[in-house]
Amino acid sequence: MSAGTLIEWQKQPGDSVQRGDIIAVVHTDKADVEVETFTAGVLEELLVEPGTKVPVGTPLALIREAGAPAPAAPAPSAPAAAPGRLLISPSARHLAEELGVDPGTVRGTGPGGRIQRKDVEAAARPPTPAPARAAPGPPAAPPAEERGAAMRRAIAAAMARSKREIPHFYLGTTVDMSNAVRWLAEENLRRDVPDRLLHGVLFVKTVALALREFPEVNATWRDEEVVPGGGVHVGIAVSLRGGGLVAPAIHDTDTLTLDELMRAFRELTSRARAGSLRSSELSDPTITVTSIGERGVESMYGVIFPPQVAIVGFGKVVERPWISEGQILPCPVVTATVSADHRVTDGHRAGLFLAAIDRLLQAPEEL
Amino acid sequence: MTRAEIAQTVLETLAEIAPEVDPSEVASDVDLRDQLDIDSMDFLNFVIALHERLDVDIPERDYPQLGTLDAIVDYVVRSSPQPDQRPR
Repeated sequence: MSAGTLIEWQKQPGDSVQRGDIIAVVHTDKADVEVETFTAGVLEELLVEPGTKVPVGTPLALIREAGAPAPAAPAPSAPAAAPGRLLISPSARHLAEELGVDPGTVRGTGPGGRIQRKDVEAAARPPTPAPARAAPGPPAAPPAEERGAAMRRAIAAAMARSKREIPHFYLGTTVDMSNAVRWLAEENLRRDVPDRLLHGVLFVKTVALALREFPEVNATWRDEEVVPGGGVHVGIAVSLRGGGLVAPAIHDTDTLTLDELMRAFRELTSRARAGSLRSSELSDPTITVTSIGERGVESMYGVIFPPQVAIVGFGKVVERPWISEGQILPCPVVTATVSADHRVTDGHRAGLFLAAIDRLLQAPEEL
Repeated sequence: MTRAEIAQTVLETLAEIAPEVDPSEVASDVDLRDQLDIDSMDFLNFVIALHERLDVDIPERDYPQLGTLDAIVDYVVRSSPQPDQRPR
């Protein structure tokens, strides 16, 4: 996600806002995102008109913090210009890297010939007839076909960047699911229908708990450095109807009970498919969990979502012959995998991380 | 409820879970998971919705019996506490 179009304001100048309030809705290639405020105070000025497309990081409004005198405290600002011979903003430079555009070939249209994001986008775009200008009026969501194409472009940019920049390595292990399957069946038998749990919740919770033991894979890689996650915020890969996917975060995953996690999982999946996610859910994941076992896939090795440093995959729970105490028994098993960034961790530590997931799945009643 | 009414309720529920579904195009004897792009979360939401609308409690072990629209209607008819079969 590199840019978004402001759809509407949900607060107006003079309105009081609390931390976490939704103040605007922005349309991106992946979803319509509800923009939260991280400051309590009074909304003083709106800086962007509905219908305007702006790069991620652009200040949208000014908020006077609670207790502060007027005029408004400055809102978070757009990235500053990078020094160097080539006049190009860091944001545009980053986009150029993503899209494989040589900045030296781009004609800058900003002050002093500075290269802006729109210049990079224009340089990357194949020459096509100019689209018809939209009639004035409130911005409308693009048609499903266009949204699908935009989604594919966003995924293409992120995944190509990942495979270009991140030295992936891949590990997998087969996990005995006997205890988990038995416990889950018994647990769901005594639960009311709306309170039932899915296997996926156990997977997400075990990953979250294992991350406490291996914090190096609960991190992001930014500016050639590992930045530890500010909490365990597991991103859940949600496939969308008609193709594409998003991986929004469930915040503080490791602290939630299985019931809380299941409710969060259901709600997040529903909103993701309805195209209604919050900005922090898209920006905060510190790792991603993905599972496509329901389609019969037994093992999957994911591509890391930059700037995260790992993605954990679970395949289908299948019954296989399993040797236990010298006997061959039928046993439900699942293949758990991790794709990890070798700049950040190594096979030994990632192997221990998978072993921790295995260990935790053996005691589901303690999750 | 009649079978037709149950089938209608099931189709309406499916259309809420998977809005892209055109109920008129759902084949009643073909596995729903093959016809529709639904996963375990969708299926759980579907079972919850049937529970709320038709007052039918479907245990997990019976999920395999709910493959097609016809099978779901059969299951609901069988599971209804006191099916109203009086002539109208």
